[in-house]
Amino acid sequence: MKKIHYREWGIDSPRYWGLLAVLAAIVAIGGFATLFMEHEGHWVTGMTNQIVWGTPHVFAIFLIVAASGALNVASIGSVFGQKMYKPLARLSGLMAITLLVGGLIVLVLDLGQPSRLIVAMTTYNFKSIFAWNIYLYVGFIAIVAVYLFTMMERKANDYSKGVGVLAFVWRLALTTGTGSIFGFLVARQGYDAAIMAPMFIIMSFAYGLALYLLVLMFTFNTDSRPLGDKLIRRLKNLLGVFVAAIFYFTVVYHLTNLYGTENHAYEAFILRDGGVYTWTFWIGWVLLGMIAPMGILFHPALGMQRGAITIAALLVVLGGLSAIYVIVIGGQAFPMSMFPGYTVVESGYYDGVNGMARHYSPSLPEFLLGLGGFALALLVTFIGVRIMQFLPSSLSDDVTDPHHAS
Amino acid sequence: MSQQTDHLADKARRQFLTKATGVAAATVVAPGVFLHSVGNAAPREEPVNDSVRWGMLIDTSKCADGCNDCVAACDKENGLDQLIKPEGASEEQWDMQRPRWIRSVKLKNNLTGRVTTLPMMCQHCEHPPCVDVCPTGASFRRADGIVMVDRHTCIGCRYCMMACPYNARSFIHENVQLKPTATPRGKGCVESCNLCVHRLDNGLNTTACQEACDKGAIVFGDLRDPESAVSQALAKYPAVQIRADLKLNTGVRYTDV
Repeated sequence: MKKIHYREWGIDSPRYWGLLAVLAAIVAIGGFATLFMEHEGHWVTGMTNQIVWGTPHVFAIFLIVAASGALNVASIGSVFGQKMYKPLARLSGLMAITLLVGGLIVLVLDLGQPSRLIVAMTTYNFKSIFAWNIYLYVGFIAIVAVYLFTMMERKANDYSKGVGVLAFVWRLALTTGTGSIFGFLVARQGYDAAIMAPMFIIMSFAYGLALYLLVLMFTFNTDSRPLGDKLIRRLKNLLGVFVAAIFYFTVVYHLTNLYGTENHAYEAFILRDGGVYTWTFWIGWVLLGMIAPMGILFHPALGMQRGAITIAALLVVLGGLSAIYVIVIGGQAFPMSMFPGYTVVESGYYDGVNGMARHYSPSLPEFLLGLGGFALALLVTFIGVRIMQFLPSSLSDDVTDPHHAS
Repeated sequence: MSQQTDHLADKARRQFLTKATGVAAATVVAPGVFLHSVGNAAPREEPVNDSVRWGMLIDTSKCADGCNDCVAACDKENGLDQLIKPEGASEEQWDMQRPRWIRSVKLKNNLTGRVTTLPMMCQHCEHPPCVDVCPTGASFRRADGIVMVDRHTCIGCRYCMMACPYNARSFIHENVQLKPTATPRGKGCVESCNLCVHRLDNGLNTTACQEACDKGAIVFGDLRDPESAVSQALAKYPAVQIRADLKLNTGVRYTDV
């Protein structure tokens, strides 16, 4: 294996600034949408007293989950000693931070009182998984920053493995915390399941890797850096395996739910009668998010084409957003079972009259805020790779593969 | 000469500034002092303690179908009727977004077809899930059993609303024009029934909903006092907790459900 050299992203200036301008514009639009929502109040959103977490949460949770997943590429290199992944580690660490920042910004800006962030940072209830998450998120950013330093500063290289192990363990805790936000909610039928935490971890593997692959291929492609087929094949196969693992967890989650009679109504809602949530589940989460990408990635011919791999990765991202949408919004739309053995005939406040689902229609500002978070994560990533040496100058097979016969 | 004029002008300016500062200080500080003195005027001078646990028994057999008295009384007492639908919001949207502390629910028994009407509100759990999940501790339970929100530390994350098994909490989605003294509220915070805590802390022992119910369906009082009306009624009638499976030991109990 040859020595790896890193170089700033060499895309030509007009395209670089053009790209930044587009992303900055999306961030600005998201910012204006936030100002509008904060000034008017949440009544301008689709959120209500029944559906209290809306589209911003879908984007925020997706980005946070993907952030921990993006770090996996680095972990495979330094924790599990796979040499081929070592040159990929810097970008992996950078994206872990930028995606998390993008997600957190969306989460914070959707608070009813975002100006009270200082209260959230100074007043804690340690029984709340949210309070834990504040530590987990901030700690994650700090640890990954140190991890990046140990990778990029030659004198600190020796510590890289140790910090890498810590970062890996921390990211597992972080995603467990994110999954547990739902896992601990005893009130609602769709949540309160221990499987939520491991399912979120496996989802993070796939979503993070999908975004990583997209950024890697885009940056290498735009400044004509060599990117070897063997490496891409490894990464796409890994993505396929991760998607298959989500498939497995999805099946187990619903099968265990179907086993207990108390969950039958919820399962019928998601799998059969839930309207938009049923469609999003089958078309978004299952078909586009799992079956189609697996079909592409494991296809003998399609799986070799960069274009097809790009589409598969995009589908995994789309499927991920669908999955989180079904979990977050679908889980709230299903009426809480407050009176077992009774049917609610009338209610002064939306208690699921005759089992009817709660209504939610996402509004434009919510969507723009979420999109702004995405754009911010990409914007910071692209600035990062431009000004610092995150990208290897070559990832051709003879560079990455020690056994490559040239 | 000119020096003298300057001196006089300076003196006048100084006097004006002194007065203006005094007036400004009085304007800013006086309401606080006034509020403070009113606060001190309350009979309760000791912090609340757990020698009392406030609670309720709802006798659903007395709860009349179509009656809305408790809801209307709560709305009036806590200023919920003073909230104005934001311009541009549809009626349907406003109905889903306006705060509601108590609501009337009509149920049909799936087996027998028997219909029951009852009011639902915060159940004032001994182990409230909303308090468990609140990241800042804004959602809290007082020693006397009242579960409420500290609006100074609520960041509006709505996790408590996700966690509440009774759909009892409301988020303030809109700008608030009129703010009642007893129930301060602001956009972006969560709130819910607090058993008319302002009444209890001022020496009264009734809630607005109980007072409004002339059928006697709501019995309110101290669950720890065996002589209280609510304890007596609980001893007399078999009562249940809603979602007893969660073992939250609610302060609000129901008969005939």
